[in-house]
Amino acid sequence: MDIRIQKVSKAFDRFPALHDVSLSIRSGELIALLGPSGSGKTTLLRLIAGLEALDAGRIHFGDTDASHLSVQERNVGFVFQHYALFKHMSVLDNIGFGLAVRPWRTRPSGAEIHRRAEALLELIQLPGLGHRFPAQLSGGQRQRIALARALAIEPRVLLLDEPFGALDAKVRKDLRRWLRELHDETGHTTVFVTHDQEEAMELADRVVVMSNGRIEQIGTADEIYDSPASPFVFSFIGASNALKVTIEYGRIHHAGQPLALPKGDAAVPDGPAKLYLRPHDLRLTDDGAGAIRGIVTGTRRTSGTRLLEIEVGPQRERLEVEVPVSATIAARETVTLRPERWQLYSDA
Amino acid sequence: MRSETIAASVAERPAKAWRPATSETPATRRVLIAIAGIFLGLVLLLPLGAVFAQAFSGGWSLYLAALAEPDAVAAMRLTLLVAAIAVPANLVFGVAAAWAIAKFEFRGKSLLVTLIDLPFSVSPVISGLAYILVFGSHGLLGPWLDAYGIKVAFAVPGIVLVTIFVTLPFVARELIPLMEEQGAGEEEAALSLGASGWKTFLFVTLPNVKWALLYGVLLCNARAMGEFGAVSVISGHIRGLTNTMPLHVEILYNEYAFQAAFAVASLLAILALLTLALKTFLEWRFAGDMAGARGH
Repeated sequence: MDIRIQKVSKAFDRFPALHDVSLSIRSGELIALLGPSGSGKTTLLRLIAGLEALDAGRIHFGDTDASHLSVQERNVGFVFQHYALFKHMSVLDNIGFGLAVRPWRTRPSGAEIHRRAEALLELIQLPGLGHRFPAQLSGGQRQRIALARALAIEPRVLLLDEPFGALDAKVRKDLRRWLRELHDETGHTTVFVTHDQEEAMELADRVVVMSNGRIEQIGTADEIYDSPASPFVFSFIGASNALKVTIEYGRIHHAGQPLALPKGDAAVPDGPAKLYLRPHDLRLTDDGAGAIRGIVTGTRRTSGTRLLEIEVGPQRERLEVEVPVSATIAARETVTLRPERWQLYSDA
Repeated sequence: MRSETIAASVAERPAKAWRPATSETPATRRVLIAIAGIFLGLVLLLPLGAVFAQAFSGGWSLYLAALAEPDAVAAMRLTLLVAAIAVPANLVFGVAAAWAIAKFEFRGKSLLVTLIDLPFSVSPVISGLAYILVFGSHGLLGPWLDAYGIKVAFAVPGIVLVTIFVTLPFVARELIPLMEEQGAGEEEAALSLGASGWKTFLFVTLPNVKWALLYGVLLCNARAMGEFGAVSVISGHIRGLTNTMPLHVEILYNEYAFQAAFAVASLLAILALLTLALKTFLEWRFAGDMAGARGH
């Protein structure tokens, strides 16, 4: 089932949560809504589900206009960050709930509900836990039960709100891989919300980066990482440095000195601009001509590399540079840096 | 030489038993417990015992005779009737109010929360008087009601109304904190799975609050049956007609029928003890399901 979201807006108490958002999701696609808290990603997901009402715009599920359908009529599978399992029901009753509350004409028999719940327990690789209660399960198990419960109603789309947000790092990684496999197996159109860029990049076919109620960029992990559409995307995805520069006659100047940079593709008009650099795209060099010059103020060892903290220019702007662990550089040393890749955004 | 003398002086210091910072010495503890115990005995247990002693002062036959007396039976019936109306009414109101307050945002929400507590802060006598001012024959609605032959003040409807008023906070107060703590997550899950609003309430919301609800109903019932002040103002003390059990006790007492008064009073005392036992059991067994079950 493909989903088309057209010019959707939503405000809470006149505080705008989404402005004019449009997004097309292909059938069978796994999409991540990525952004910091307050970016509107959860609001967008809840609008798709019908848990919130639209202020403006339309949402289509395939050929049906779902904009004003109730949450029950939309037939979506929704998975909540804190599982929202029914505490007083066994695992089997939780999974069968969506079938058991159907009007009697479309309700399967008790035995059939039981059979289907057991089959779903098999699918989520938790057979034999059917008679436990949610309180007796681990977080990872609970979230898988919640997913099985959502799948039981044979939903048109699967919506997950920070599904791994409440889990510890190890479980989160396992479940991520598991969800990807499950998605490939069942083929549901799936939208999930996350603030974890690594999770979004690793899991999703396409990532939707959001900020302040707007979509900043839609693309594959490669597109988002290699050609970020805005300074926000650049600094939100991965580690980043920013330098204040000015463009004069098409050339980049930092602290009054022209920089010799390999040619980038950005066409930025003359005036103030920001130069964005990734820590691993900066190289230490002996050739000082047109390079960035700075003083090392500290070094930090991370797992595979060493990070240098460098102060640059009269305004003492801070840069982080990744160097090999073997590099021996003392504090207060002056270094010159040459960027291998960079992005330039107008500051106007 | 010098270090030895220091070591010796340390050793000479009297050994003091180590205890946790928040603990007290055994003597202090004993005194505190004794004060609490004596106070409880004097203020609670002694009067309660006296009620039963007085009630049985004439033996079982007199005790039963006092309870079987027609006016006493009428008072018991009326008390049961009032509770049978007031408790369900407040059950429905309490669930509705708690639902609204815990699950929705709306203007005037904090005002509603404050208003629900009003009956706790108003003296019951004032509540009764307020109802007289509204429903009495010279009151706001009195003449209009009289025209239709409806009697509220000095009649059963008035007693029911003030009882509802006085016991209004109990159920709502138990449910609001619990439902606020639980949030709307499970309800949203149920709705997204296709459950109607009514089925969501029945299968998800209600099971989650059932023990707190029972707890609130229990306290509500105890107060509904025991209420004196407000009911006393509005009932008019008509024997056999508008006398509830607490009012009947007072009338008998004023007529120096001590044994009969305490016999009826002992029933109310037994109700109180039963409520206390059930309340303690609920708190002990289902504390986790009753976030709001503290105090009162």
